[in-house]
This record gives sequence, structure tokens and C-alpha cells, in this order.
Amino acid sequence: MSITKLTTASTVIALAASGAALAQSRDNVQIAGSSTVLPYASIVAEAFGENFDYPTPVVESGGSSAGLKRFCEGVGENTIDIANASRAMREGEIEACAANGVDEIIEVRIGYDGIVFASQIDGPEFTAFEPSDWFLALAAELPQDGAMVTNPNAQWSDVNAELPAVDIAAFIPGTKHGTREVFEEKVLLQGCEDTGAMQAMMDMGMEEDAVESACMAVRTDGASVDIDGDYTETLARISSNPDGVGVFGLAFYENNTDTLKVATMGGVEPNVDTISSGEYPVSRPLYFYIKKAHLGVIPGLKDYAMFFVADEVAGDGGPLAEYGLVPDPELAATQEKIENETTMGEGS
Amino acid sequence: MTDATAAAALAPKKSIITVDDRTQKRNAAEKRFRAYGIAAIAAGMVFLVVLLGSILLNGVTAFQQTFIQVPVYLDPAKVDKEGNRDPEEMAKVSTFGYKPLLIEAMAELVTERGIETEIAPGDMDALFSSSAVAQLRDRVLANPDLVGETVSFNILAASRVDGYLKDRVSRDSVARDKNIDAGHLDIVDALRAEGDVVKRFNWDFILGSDASESRPEQAGMGVAMLGSFFMMLVVLGLSLPIGVAASIYLEEFAPQNRLTDVIEVNISNLAAVPSIVFGILGLAVFIQFMEFPQSAPLVGGLVLTLMTLPTIIISTRAALKSVPPSIRDAALGVGASKMQSVFHHVLPLAMPGILTGTIIGLAQALGETAPLLLIGMVGYIATNYPDGISSGFLDPNSAMPAQIYEWAKRADPAYYERAWGGIIILLVFLFAMNAIAILLRRKFERRW
Repeated sequence: MSITKLTTASTVIALAASGAALAQSRDNVQIAGSSTVLPYASIVAEAFGENFDYPTPVVESGGSSAGLKRFCEGVGENTIDIANASRAMREGEIEACAANGVDEIIEVRIGYDGIVFASQIDGPEFTAFEPSDWFLALAAELPQDGAMVTNPNAQWSDVNAELPAVDIAAFIPGTKHGTREVFEEKVLLQGCEDTGAMQAMMDMGMEEDAVESACMAVRTDGASVDIDGDYTETLARISSNPDGVGVFGLAFYENNTDTLKVATMGGVEPNVDTISSGEYPVSRPLYFYIKKAHLGVIPGLKDYAMFFVADEVAGDGGPLAEYGLVPDPELAATQEKIENETTMGEGS
Repeated sequence: MTDATAAAALAPKKSIITVDDRTQKRNAAEKRFRAYGIAAIAAGMVFLVVLLGSILLNGVTAFQQTFIQVPVYLDPAKVDKEGNRDPEEMAKVSTFGYKPLLIEAMAELVTERGIETEIAPGDMDALFSSSAVAQLRDRVLANPDLVGETVSFNILAASRVDGYLKDRVSRDSVARDKNIDAGHLDIVDALRAEGDVVKRFNWDFILGSDASESRPEQAGMGVAMLGSFFMMLVVLGLSLPIGVAASIYLEEFAPQNRLTDVIEVNISNLAAVPSIVFGILGLAVFIQFMEFPQSAPLVGGLVLTLMTLPTIIISTRAALKSVPPSIRDAALGVGASKMQSVFHHVLPLAMPGILTGTIIGLAQALGETAPLLLIGMVGYIATNYPDGISSGFLDPNSAMPAQIYEWAKRADPAYYERAWGGIIILLVFLFAMNAIAILLRRKFERRW
């Protein structure tokens, strides 16, 4: 083996590759963001690749915030075209985007995702929860006789006599997840209000912000475990702990109905109908954001977006609904929005 | 003489037949130590067997897949509304338009085989993979003359059906599963008896591309394998010359001073740096600063090169060091220059060691996931086969370990099996590379 030959060959490869890097223009759509939206985006991307002459778009995961951050890095072929998000874009993110020249963004709501509370199918009878149960079970501190005391509840039956008498072992999404935000707002805060704890804290003379953060503070004594991974990890934790209760996305639950049983929340069973009607309380809209500047530059970008929200894809009975997405009743308006390339702030 | 007899008289009686206490103690200690050693090896072997056993047990099923043979009537009214047999017009019918054809064909097959079922014809779609409609459409567009005829298709069964044939899905779990009913399984049993449903080896698992969350039955490792291949090309092409040049200089030419000491210590330190650190470095330098494309095997290869370099430098230096100084002295003695002595004599003798080190370094890089997480190689990425060399380096792609990681976190339990299967493929590559390294060493290594 000759060293000279090897060196020459590798230099040529390196040069060719970097030369091509500069010359290449991108012909596929690049997407990044929420791991909750990823399954839907991958289903659409796959079908898009099959039905159109464009290459299959590339969908990366990494979380809503990370995706939006990359989305806001600037305009150009080296930046992503679409960011998936399991929450609406924040004011600060829009500003950060604008500062980097990404000022025209099209917001697309693709549907709703339910957040469900499930436990082992053969485990204790967790069949009905109220937001107040979760607040009392998970709060770090509870108001009692005009003072905050450490949460004394050790068993589910302590918070609600109708629940099984097993130790509280909750597996909730970690703080980097978009799901956590929804859980805090729609379950913990709601429970805080329902139980009167919020009023009690107000009466104690606490500031409103302090009350809210006290309502959403989760105990750290081991009864509640933050899961920073994805639902697969939550499922594994529940499989090894019969008394565990976990927080899942509806789609994940629908794909694992043989091992998980779901509980009602506020007396409503989570399914596509109750979530789209808004009856089931814990749900959130899912979005993706398109850079308007990339439309017409990246081949297939607009077609992909139109395809995503087409009735046969995102509507009732489409592959996304089959997987667990709750269809958006206002899909027609969204389709029109993409057709007209209406950006945020325009029209709406 | 008298001293010796006195000492002999004082010492306790000794015999070479009975062992005295202290010797016994020493022997026992040695025996104990051997037992510990054997126990340690046995424990290691047990772990290895358990590990390999569970990998094989869980993963081997991924190499087989269930297929359904079904004749489909390609209805012109649905496939070619204009009746022109013009592929361009027919392309307007999307894959969704083909689904009714397949459902009808499935229901037809069930009645034809005389199977009685309570499953409504409209629910037959739980039996086959949603990839089947694309298969129909591709075939029709490639050959429009088929329209109006009944063509036999060999389509993938749905992942739940496949799981039933592989004992992953039982009738108990089906009762709680919303995606499929026991009635479907009765149909599968009946069709299997007729030979319409078969489970056979699935090359697409090894050669195919990644699939979306809703159809694990279609997912394959092929594209990710190509991604790994192109990354390894970059690693080999860069780290071998750089690593060898650096170590030859350090070992043969560099003066021994404080600066080279610092460099040496740092190379050893770099070899111990966690690989995720190289991922962050890659993200900051290659993607954000140098603006290389995201998710490209080129960037992955560059990051892994950084990670592999210290390993290669260390093993190359060890190989060079093991060449006896007499070789160098002899070369210099007959009038060779320093460079000639290195390149004509020392390097060829050190080559087996260098190659072994390089292959081990490559094998390590091949199995590395952590740095790839940060440069965007995890997700639904490995979907398009690269169309050439430059697209192989630059188009978004994944790598084998990243693909396994991605499969392991998907919701459908069928992906779990595929993750194990992917591990088997990856292990086969690693074993092969290690075997090559051992062979090279056996064949060419010289002992001095």
C-alpha cells in the first residue's frame, strides 16, 4: 500500500466533496422540530415522496424550541424550510426570527393532539381522574391553615377516596417538552383552581405570579418522575411499575392500546371526537411554520405544505387521523391560507 | 556444620510428602485466586451469552416479513378517468385513490377462498400495509397498459398481521387493540392455509429505506447503511493520512521537548473525550461556521474523523515504536536518509499494526451515535437513495446506529423488533471489521 496514493486519493475526495458542497443547490425540503409532530410529518413526507416527483422531505426531531431556533437562524438554502412545533410560536421567537431576516412566516395548524393519562392495563383501577387529583398528588406544597406545607399525600386514595390505595408514582414529561407546558396549564393550574388552593394562596397574600408558579411546582420527593426522553421511555417505566401512571400523547396510546389503559379526565374519555369538540380538557394544537422566502426557491415546498393539510391527508379518515391526530375543523381556512401564502400578522 | 545441625534440630520436622501449614496456605491462596479468575471470566461469558442471545432472539424475526399475494383488478374508472392511458394524467390520481381498489381486491380474495367473516369489506385495510397502494400506483404508472386487467400483487401485510405470524401479537392483545380485530386474524389464518399469506425472508429490511411511523413493515436499513459507508470513506480518507503523518513525525522526527510532551499528553486526553463533545464541536464549526449542509454524511464523517484521530495516532505510534531501532540503524548505516529509512523500512514493518489500529478506530466510529444526534442525523432522514458519489456525501442521510436509535423510540411496537434487527446488522459489520483486523495482524505481524 502506498502512502502517497492514499493521501492523494483522500485529498481528492475531500476537495471534491467540499467543492460540491459550495456548488450544490438543495432540492429536498428540510424540516425539523417537535418530536410530537414528527410521526405525522414523516407519514406526510413519505406519502408526498410517493405521489410527487420531488425527493422525500427530510424530517429531523429535536423538540419544538430547538426546531424553531434553527428555523430562525436565517433565510437561505443552508437553513431549514419548515419548523414543526407542538405549541404556538412565542413572541420572543418571532422577534428573534425577524432579527435574522425571517420576517415572513406562514403559520399552519394541522390539528390537535390529546394528552392522555394511562396506566398498565392489568394495574390498579385508574379509570377516572380530575385535574384536582393530579394537583393534589403532584404539588410540591399545599396551602393548609394559612401556611404552605409540604405535600403530605402519599397514596392516590389520599387525594381522592375513589382512586386506588397505591403509592403515587407519576411519570410526567420533563420540562423541555412542549407537553409539559400543556400539562401544567390545563391540569395542574386547573386543579389548583378547582381545589380552592389558588384562592387560599391568594388569601395568604401571595402575588399572582407566585401563586401560579406554586400551583405548577411539582414535588421532587420521588413520587413524580420527569421523563426527559420520549413516550417509549414512559411506557417502559410503566411496564416495570404496575402502580405507575404516565402522561402520553393520544397517538402513542392509540398505538399501544394492548398494554395501556386510559383514564378519563374530568369524566370525559379521550378520543378523536371528544378532543376535536373540545370536551376533553387536555389537548393542544399542533403547528408547522413555513418560511415564505423559501417558497418557490426550494422545489416542492408549497406542494408539501398543501399536501399536508389536504382533506385526504389531514382530514377525517386520512392517514394522520388514523395515526391519532385530531383533525382541525377549520382545515379549509388553513388550506386557503397556504394557497394565498398568508403570513402571520396578515389577515388573521 | 554445627550451626546447620543446630538449625535443623530447631526447625519442625519436614516432609516432602505432607505439606506444612504455610505452604498449604499459599497453595490455597493461589487456588482461590484462580477460582476468582475463572468466576470473573465465567461471569463475563454469561453476560456475553445473555446479550447476544437476547439480541438474536429479539432481532432475528425482523429479517422475515409477511406478504400477501392478491390479484387486483385495476379499474380504469378509478385509475385512469380520462381513459387516455397517459401516465402524466394518471399521476393525478394519488395513492389514496388506489386504496379502494386494494380493499375491494382483498374482500374479493376472502370471498373467493370461501372464508366467512364478520369483517366488513371496508375494514379490510387493516390487513395490508399502507405501502401497498404506492406499490400499485408505481406499477400502473410504469406500465399503463395494465389498466383494466387483473394483476397479481405481492404486497406487505400490516405490521399487526406480521406480528401475529411472529407471535408478537396474540389474540388476547388484539382484543384490546383498536387497529385490528380477531376477525382479521381468522382471515389471516384461513389465507395462510391457502398459501396466500406467507412469511419469508425480507431483503428490503437490509436494503430498503426508512419508513414513516405508520408502516414499520416497510422500514429497512439500506439507506442508513449507505450513509454509514460514505461517512466511513470520509473517516478513512482523512484520519488515516493525517493520523499516520502526525505519528510518524512525532515518533521519528520531532525533537523531545516540552512542546511535544504537551502535544502527546493532549492526544492521549483527546482519546478519552466523550464523543458527544465532538458532536457539539461539529455543529459549531462545520455547520454553523463553515455552513456545510445539515445531516450530511460528509459532516458526520468529519466529526467522526476528529473522534477517531487520537485512536489512530496512538496505535500508529505504538506500531512504529515496536519496530526495533536496529532496523533504523542499519538503514542509516548503509547511507539511507532519515526519510528513506522511515518510508522504506520502518513504515512497511509497522503497517500491519497501523492497519489494525485504523480498522479498530473505524469500527468504533461506525458504532457511534452520540455526535450524530447533534448534527441532525436522527429523525425521518434515510429515505432517498443517493444518486451518485457527491449526493452520497452531501444529501441528508442517517447512519446505522442513529437509525437504530430512531427506531427504538417510535411508538409502534413493530419498530422495536426492527431496532433489534438493526443491531444484528450493525454487529455483523463490527465483527467483520474486527475479524479483518485480526487476520491482518496474524498474517503480517512480525515479532522481534
